Amino acid sequence: MPFSISEIPVDPTALRADLLHEASGAYVSFEGWVRNHNEGQAVEALEYSAYKPLAEKEGHRIIAEAIERFGIESAACVHRIGPLSIGDIAVWVGVSSPHRGAAFDACRYIIDETKARVPIWKREHYQSGKTEWVNCHTEIKT
Amino acid sequence: MPDSGRKLLTMKFSIEYFALLKDQRGCSSETLETDAATPRDLYAQLAEQYAFSLPPESLKVAVNEEFADWNHSLNAGDTVVFIPPVAGG
Repeated sequence: MPFSISEIPVDPTALRADLLHEASGAYVSFEGWVRNHNEGQAVEALEYSAYKPLAEKEGHRIIAEAIERFGIESAACVHRIGPLSIGDIAVWVGVSSPHRGAAFDACRYIIDETKARVPIWKREHYQSGKTEWVNCHTEIKT
Repeated sequence: MPDSGRKLLTMKFSIEYFALLKDQRGCSSETLETDAATPRDLYAQLAEQYAFSLPPESLKVAVNEEFADWNHSLNAGDTVVFIPPVAGG
């Protein structure tokens, strides 16, 4: 599956092996890690959830677009859901391609479009004890 | 032109909730019989009933596991998901 939502830890070594190809001279990967702070707040842990059927459909479209647009050999993306700790891999993208330029460009495209389009949500648990769904702030007008 | 303003009929829908909407609704899915003809009508009804804080402009909508327009004509048995602002990566 070129794009998958995973409840188990991401294994970059195994994922990389699936992208090996004799026509490829370049491999670029990206790992998104759980960070201990966001917007000035200390983050202790977080959780991701996804609308899995649509997330995987939209993810497949993004991978297909990247292959079409940049002429790369192959690409894959895995996004974690469930509870994650600081330092865990939240998302992994890998691209193999005949040349490095297209591999870098496609990798950037896949992570940017995934963040913008795929129905995945992140709840941060702060040191203060509060939790928050990221990007779901709404101004309450009184 | 179909008369989407007609409110005489009710239909049953499945609704799934995620993230903040799931918290505010207090459940992850439900079946509902309503006179809503479009996702726009449906969200307005639910937002009023459950005091959802997210305005529809901040959401996307999916019908039967595919993105749909807010004015899409719903059919009986459709599964509707309102998609809060995403935050993958």
